[in-house]
Amino acid sequence: MSETQPAVTQATLVKKAAPKSDYKPADVSPQRRVQRSFAVRLWSVRHSRLLEWFYARFADMFLLLHPLWKGLGYGRVEGPVKFVEKRVKGFMFDCRMCGQCILSSTGMSCPMNCPKQLRNGPCGGVRANGNCEVEPDMPCVWVKAWEGSQNMVHSDRILTVQKPVDQSLRETSAWLRVTAQAAAAREAAAAAKNGAANTGASA
Amino acid sequence: MIGGQRDENPAGIHLPLDPLPGHTSRGRLERVLRRGEFAVTTELNPPDSADPEDVYNRAKIFDGWVDAINAVDASGANCHMSSVGICALLTRMGYAPIMQIACRDKNRIAIQGDVLGGAAMGVANMLCLTGDGVQAGDQPGAKPVFDLDCMSLLETCRIMRDNGKFLSGRKLTTPPQLFLGAAINPFAPPIDFRPHRLGKKIAAGAQFVQSQYCFDVPMFRTYMQKVRDLGYTEQCFILVGVGPLASAKTAKWIRSNVPGIHIPDSVIKRLEGAQDQKKEGKQLCIDIINEVKEISGVSGVHVMAYRQEEYVAEIVDESGVLKGRQPWKREIRHDDQMVADRLEHILHDDITETQVDMVKTAH
Repeated sequence: MSETQPAVTQATLVKKAAPKSDYKPADVSPQRRVQRSFAVRLWSVRHSRLLEWFYARFADMFLLLHPLWKGLGYGRVEGPVKFVEKRVKGFMFDCRMCGQCILSSTGMSCPMNCPKQLRNGPCGGVRANGNCEVEPDMPCVWVKAWEGSQNMVHSDRILTVQKPVDQSLRETSAWLRVTAQAAAAREAAAAAKNGAANTGASA
Repeated sequence: MIGGQRDENPAGIHLPLDPLPGHTSRGRLERVLRRGEFAVTTELNPPDSADPEDVYNRAKIFDGWVDAINAVDASGANCHMSSVGICALLTRMGYAPIMQIACRDKNRIAIQGDVLGGAAMGVANMLCLTGDGVQAGDQPGAKPVFDLDCMSLLETCRIMRDNGKFLSGRKLTTPPQLFLGAAINPFAPPIDFRPHRLGKKIAAGAQFVQSQYCFDVPMFRTYMQKVRDLGYTEQCFILVGVGPLASAKTAKWIRSNVPGIHIPDSVIKRLEGAQDQKKEGKQLCIDIINEVKEISGVSGVHVMAYRQEEYVAEIVDESGVLKGRQPWKREIRHDDQMVADRLEHILHDDITETQVDMVKTAH
């Protein structure tokens, strides 16, 4: 085991990995890119089924708390909830806070980490080893998304065509938005049911 | 023969064709494909100049050999004449361009405007692409836009055509009549997802697709098997991308530097073993065409001969894919003849009239 190998310093690694141009995708310097780790992000993809189950419970809980959010005012809780959401999802998925989370449809691999921010599947430039065309050291977000989605219960959700990103929702809480929408849908359904029952009674 | 080609508007070559039932565009490519003929498309090498003649000269070598010409939108993120500009020139002369739209350089506002402008100029075919990353091109310092992706771009074009609306829901007074295309790459990971991705593109609005360079026929065959099993070949025309490799050295360079092009070792070995590598590259391309045209579900080929455009005619001819059919070609028409008869003298007469002379003769 004591073979003398040439010492690999950080500088050598950076030099090897640094692109020949000055281009820095996503503002990440060559130095930072070498040190960057995708371990947590990849862990989330590997445990996509667990996270899918957990998120379903979590969303239900958030919906149960709807009266609380409404009482406090959705606008007022936005700040603190966003603070927590940004940190938690930032750690777990390298979340970019697009405000319209589709992790459940993308195998728990955040599509906003794709340098082209594709939300509907991989581009044609994926390298043979499954890494990104733009960032050669990063595993393609969509190769991982496909792997993650195949472990999930709703593995067909990756096949739905996603709408373009609404840039005006950036840096807002997706959790609260989804909850508010679900609550509104629930109320609308209840109102329709009541309406139907009333017309049924009068007829 | 004067005038009267099959897919031509008798009132003028630059005008759209008569609408046909079941067709969404008024272009030539859709007619050829829907008739069940084996289509041939190619790519125009966009000039780095402001001279329209450059475009016409480059298009001329394809005359009578291809059904449509792709006008690329800064392919490889290299700056060239825009696809809208090339299409404006080509439609004037009656060619059938396929306008490529890449999401890299324009946001949804610019793209929807270009779709309307292109359709107004008579562009019948549009190909929706994501586009290469800016790091691949000659201006890596540019800001990548990627506001839409190829899928939402397809859907946007389809909504504009079928619902007559912008993405915002605002109404169009005259919707564009388009034949929508997309790109596929069956040779890049995740391989299992690729057929499903074609399904997604069809759901978003793709009516024809052009594939990335195909050098690995067995791999393409497995892909097509899956696509046929999923029933996508009935919903979409698939054109296989092919092209000649100039030499083994170029092939190796492409393999390691151009993302998304898969070249197996056997191809490189075959080129290395050849006496005349350029000729062998052309022969290889013809052999691949002959193999893929037999695969069921393949509706045509897309010949990409970058900087070897003069070979396109030979490749199409020698592979015999047209089966004797001649695609549309610019010919002298009845009205051209009339103009020539009446005004030909101006080419020969040597009269220089001054305004004073003109006044004198008028009295």
